[in-house]
Amino acid sequence: MLLRDTAATLILAVIETSGLTYSYPGANKPSLRDVNLTVEKGEFAILTGPSGCGKTTLCRCFNGLIPHFYGGELKGDLRVADLSVNERSTGEMAKHVGLVFQNPENQLFALSVEKDVAFGLENLGMPREQMRERVDWALKMTGIEDLRERAPHELSGGQQQRVAIASVLAMQPEIIVFDEPTSFLDPLGAQRIFEVISHLNKQLGITVILVEHRLDLAAKYAGHVIIMDEGKIVLDGAPREIFSSERAWLLGVGIPKAVRLWRLLEEAGVALKGVPVSSEEAIQYLREVLWR
Amino acid sequence: MALIEVKDVHFTYQTGVEALKGVSLEIRDGEFVAIMGQNGAGKTTLVKNFNGLLKPVKGEVLVDGVSTRDVSVAKLARTVGFVFQNPDHQLFSETVEEEIAFALRNFGFDDSAIEKRVTWAVNLLDLVDYRKTSPFMLSGGERKRVALASVLAWDPKVVILDEPTIGQDHRQKENLRQFIVQLNEQGKTVVVVTHDVEFVAECDPRVILMREGRILADGEAKRILTDTALALEASIVPPQISQIFQGLSFLGFPSDVIDVSEAKRLLVDRFKELQS
Amino acid sequence: MSVFEGFRFRHVSSPIHNRDPRIKFVFVLAMFAVTILFTEFVPLLVLFFLPLPFVWVAGVRRQWLRSLRGALFLATFIFVFNFVFGYLYKSYPTTNALLEYSLAMTLRFLVLVESFSVFFLTTSPDHLSLALEQTHVPYEFTFAFTTAVRFVPVLAEEAQTIMDAQKARGLELERGNFLKRVRNYIPILIPLIVSAIRRSLELAEAMESRAWGITSKRTNLYVLKIKFGDVVLLVLSIVLLVLGIYVRYFVQIPQLSTFLPPLPF
Repeated sequence: MLLRDTAATLILAVIETSGLTYSYPGANKPSLRDVNLTVEKGEFAILTGPSGCGKTTLCRCFNGLIPHFYGGELKGDLRVADLSVNERSTGEMAKHVGLVFQNPENQLFALSVEKDVAFGLENLGMPREQMRERVDWALKMTGIEDLRERAPHELSGGQQQRVAIASVLAMQPEIIVFDEPTSFLDPLGAQRIFEVISHLNKQLGITVILVEHRLDLAAKYAGHVIIMDEGKIVLDGAPREIFSSERAWLLGVGIPKAVRLWRLLEEAGVALKGVPVSSEEAIQYLREVLWR
Repeated sequence: MALIEVKDVHFTYQTGVEALKGVSLEIRDGEFVAIMGQNGAGKTTLVKNFNGLLKPVKGEVLVDGVSTRDVSVAKLARTVGFVFQNPDHQLFSETVEEEIAFALRNFGFDDSAIEKRVTWAVNLLDLVDYRKTSPFMLSGGERKRVALASVLAWDPKVVILDEPTIGQDHRQKENLRQFIVQLNEQGKTVVVVTHDVEFVAECDPRVILMREGRILADGEAKRILTDTALALEASIVPPQISQIFQGLSFLGFPSDVIDVSEAKRLLVDRFKELQS
Repeated sequence: MSVFEGFRFRHVSSPIHNRDPRIKFVFVLAMFAVTILFTEFVPLLVLFFLPLPFVWVAGVRRQWLRSLRGALFLATFIFVFNFVFGYLYKSYPTTNALLEYSLAMTLRFLVLVESFSVFFLTTSPDHLSLALEQTHVPYEFTFAFTTAVRFVPVLAEEAQTIMDAQKARGLELERGNFLKRVRNYIPILIPLIVSAIRRSLELAEAMESRAWGITSKRTNLYVLKIKFGDVVLLVLSIVLLVLGIYVRYFVQIPQLSTFLPPLPF
């Protein structure tokens, strides 16, 4: 067990990597270079960075797709939910780490939502009664009970993505990794997905790693932000610190407009109480400064 | 005369879905238009009527004065270029060069014209190094540029881009935005179908907002994106700056602010007022 | 793409749709066996009309008619073939007998088509895959079947999108001689194939991430249970078989010539 004492609280690191390096077979340069990262239990972490920075590759390491599905050698240490990824099969990791992908259509195989949500459980050989309970529970948690009998092709992108989340959730993993889950959705659909994810994080204590470009919608949920570039982690810390840093600016990451406004105001001599990561916070801080 | 005229167009898919319920609009030469709305509002259906891929069930679409019913898609494509959302739906050639030349050959350009245009397109989209590369070897962003290059190569009067910002990181979106604005400034009519409000807020084009097969609003981006009632009706999320100013409207600020710099200016001025 | 309409999952419930596919298949086999027993027109005609009540109850009349219309071409060919060759080689004593035989062969073909058609029209793909699973067909095959059916509408849409994208680049599919037309489909096929490969990769990733293959003892959310209606159908199948054998060997079957005047040629 990996534990770290801080003051009187015991914090569990649920993902811990050190010196993680990986190249896809046949690639001439590594996709991950010496990645050192710690994610704590119950955290909501956002992982972002320019295209090609390695965030998708890193996600695939968390549940063992790398190295087992993709091949190649994963150098360095990676422990997820206290298991060594190199030594465990993807199937075993699946019980602890769920992965939700970008394209909703290509994650759903069955002819009804219910059967899709049960897919992972069937794979695990779970007894039928227990499966039914889990499926019902997962559908409820993601708010799609009314879609139970529908066929995946009839659903909207946002609904499909919620089915994908439910099918991962049904396996009750401690960690769920979301790889740009809202790419194909419109902003309202994206918002709904972030709300579901946040709900799972807050209510069930599931550790969330969200890979996203749309930071204006997602930033407010995160407690931890990691920015990668060219296979390395270049920024790692609390959201407000990271988004307001010069480095993040220069990397060309999609800093939320609220933060940009904050920065412009700071430069013009208007100081706000803190760095706002959402429009609500911006309104609040601006009110305090502009209303006497 | 408008370049594209849409006259009370109705369209129903074979599955029975009524996607357009009486849409009328005009697009003039040289305009920059963003067609917005939720997924399923009918945006893509509408633009597919511009190049004849879909013909109206009722009503008419005129491109350069000619009804789309009277002309083949191939002929219309010469005037109306369409860049599809997923470049992988069109890439099939052995090299980027051939990919770009494909449409040019279809339109009957001679070899020397093709050579010139391919060179021009490749330079324009920063693909010179990849001219002889297989498009399948390129990254996602690069493939998008190949798709764009292959459409611009035949120099259509109108360029339609269907959801060009999907899957793009911030820098790529910024580059795209600058590119589109430049295209428009050089005289091309540009129609962008998108649900990316922030992108539109930065471009500030004419916005046509759709909902359930009808046009809800048509006008300035500034006015439409900051109208909370409209946003609610169209199920779109207003740009963040607009949301902030909505929340500050009780302080007397104008509500139609979407640009960060303008926002800063207004706030700084007010702050200075309060200091004195 | 209306040909793919039939693959759209329709959650239909009818006394026929709800029957266990395995029992339905037994019924189809019984129909098959009895059909083979006869070369006479009358019993085959009876057999042809036998599934009609099922078609009616299941509400699949239109699709049933459509499938028969599709078989009409081949049926006509079978009739003509049998009649002409029978006539030329004088295999039959009278022309009436030949007519009867040719009609019977045609009917036999139609009954077979009809039985299978009714089976597939009243069995949803997931019901079918569940039946396959429970008859211990290896899961890989059932999964491949279900996934294929699931993606048919997706692929159909994608094919349409690709065609649109290429038409919008000036590709004219209808123009040119035969060779040119075939070549015109290359810009459609390549993106389709590449996309299918990409899709399989993504699907495989998703499957692995949901513990695919971790144990060979896979369980199932649903289970097919034999109900009263299924027993009824099973009994019907057995009765049909028995009756068929009885009629074939013990009953004098009326010839067609008893109803028709002798033909002039």
